[in-house]
Amino acid sequence: MTAVTEARTVTPGSAIADAVQVVRAARRVPRRRTALVVGGLAVALVAAFGARVLLGDYTITIPDFVRILAGTDIPGATYILLESKLPRAVLATLAGVAFGVAGALFQTTLRNPLASPDIIGVSLGASACAVVAIALWGWQGLPVSAVAVTGAVAVALVVRLVAGPHGGYRLVLVGIGAAAAMQSVIQYVFTRVDEYDAQLVLRWLTGSVNGVAWPTIRLLALVLAVLLPLTWWVARSLRVSELGDDAAAGLGVSRARSELLLLLGVVLSAVAVAAAGPIAFVSFLAGPIARALNGGRTTILGAALTGAVVVVSADYVADYLVPDTNLPVGVVTGAVGAPFLLWLLARGRAGRRAA
Amino acid sequence: MTATTTPVGSRLVAAGLSLGYDDRPVVHDLDLHVPDGRVTVIVGANACGKSTLLRGLARLLRPRSGAVLLDGEAIHRQPTKQVARTLGLLPQNPVAPEGVTVVDLVGRGRHPHHGAFRRWTTEDDAAVAEALTLTDTLDLADRVVDELSGGQRQRVWIAMALAQGTDLLLLDEPTTYLDVAHQVEMLDLLAELNARRGTTIVMVLHDLNLSARYADHLVALRGGRVAAEGAPRDVVTEEVVREVFGLDNRVIEDPVSHTPLVVPVGRRHSRRHQEDR
Repeated sequence: MTAVTEARTVTPGSAIADAVQVVRAARRVPRRRTALVVGGLAVALVAAFGARVLLGDYTITIPDFVRILAGTDIPGATYILLESKLPRAVLATLAGVAFGVAGALFQTTLRNPLASPDIIGVSLGASACAVVAIALWGWQGLPVSAVAVTGAVAVALVVRLVAGPHGGYRLVLVGIGAAAAMQSVIQYVFTRVDEYDAQLVLRWLTGSVNGVAWPTIRLLALVLAVLLPLTWWVARSLRVSELGDDAAAGLGVSRARSELLLLLGVVLSAVAVAAAGPIAFVSFLAGPIARALNGGRTTILGAALTGAVVVVSADYVADYLVPDTNLPVGVVTGAVGAPFLLWLLARGRAGRRAA
Repeated sequence: MTATTTPVGSRLVAAGLSLGYDDRPVVHDLDLHVPDGRVTVIVGANACGKSTLLRGLARLLRPRSGAVLLDGEAIHRQPTKQVARTLGLLPQNPVAPEGVTVVDLVGRGRHPHHGAFRRWTTEDDAAVAEALTLTDTLDLADRVVDELSGGQRQRVWIAMALAQGTDLLLLDEPTTYLDVAHQVEMLDLLAELNARRGTTIVMVLHDLNLSARYADHLVALRGGRVAAEGAPRDVVTEEVVREVFGLDNRVIEDPVSHTPLVVPVGRRHSRRHQEDR
């Protein structure tokens, strides 16, 4: 390969050597920024996680925290940490990562910031199926996740079939229709169950990390441990897919690869929904926030961390914002996400490329 | 632009190629031998199938019948990444992702050379540096593509295709949205690449006169079939232009390049034109 390159070189060697230096220097700047953004977000996540677990209306000191994790039983503190604070924080982190990655995969592959799984009905499709399985059939655990994935894939396929293969405004409009339909399914299910449980309704409509048992969280962690490395492997071609179908095909990246990335996004979204419900707007927010920090460039790792930071801190706010009321986290992310959606639309950039 | 005297080989061949979208056939049973190391330009009226043909040659469309052969083997049966090391494509109006710098975009042209574990190497740096130098975009290396002018942006996209390091390069209307000065600059750049590197170039162009200037081999399409092909001098005649574009015209010699120059007649001038004759 080197020999061929040299044989073809028409510019004098020294000029090329200078040019290589320019290329190396220019390549370094954005990579340094990405490293800085990812590092900063990781620190922010640790801080948010720490605050969520240690602070609040019951403060736990760091030495106590370590001792409880090591197995010491401190009356009161152990129960609050292991049954309330820690599971919430862990689930918020896992769900945030899954939603963040899913959203960034969708937005980048479809080249449209509005085309995230929570806007186009994929998350609510998972939620509707999960709620049917839980509330009507009394299912739990892995089968619920499986049903949620089925629902999410089904909605994604229907939206895709109706809207056509392109990621433009049609996809967003069809998706919003699908989301509304799924929402009505969820509401219908709750009219069929005997006891009306407002917390449960809110979980499956807007998402909540409150009161989720450890086995469900462990299952999500396990599934993510398989899916995230796989996604990282497949997403190496995302830098090429995001150039558009034709340019990507010219560079030897087939459409099938993009479809696989979208499928991974659908599954990631669905397994997170099965545990925490369709936490509103996290998929939609994480990618653009990470992008804005990163000088406009896509960063999937950044989106994952942003998703986690958003959910963990939103859950902290949801817990203590209104005294004596434990709001579901989705209410807070929804309150933040809705104005952001309006701002994005008003700025007129959404869908600009894809339309 | 020299007359084709010695027979040239063809690594890229369309054999009985039919292409279309959904239930709409566009290209019919077309045979084409792309001459190696030459500049081939495809021309024709709107909706004659020229872009479709180029997409078919670049394996973006699966043939309905017939085949596109690259080095004698059906292009669709070869691994797409392997094809991408031989054949590059610049699509019509490509859009760079937001915030991407010139050097990053051009670097993505190296993708076909990266395997499962092989990451960026000094060889990639050299390929990008050379592509930027050839397209005169080295000064723009750290600029964001979105912020460049149309002409600069198009040169950056060509640099990406060059970094791919392919022997064949397909371009779909590389001069759209460029003013006449930038159109000429772009075509000069491609002609230089062809002359210096021996890259086989196939492009779709709108402007018949520029096509006649820059093509070694001109292919005129009409209704998805080849109406005429060969050296511009033989293809660009009053009869062929009338047949392909349905345009009353006169062909004179281009005073600069001595290639054929089409002068349209049009309704407004047709009477005066006949009186002059």
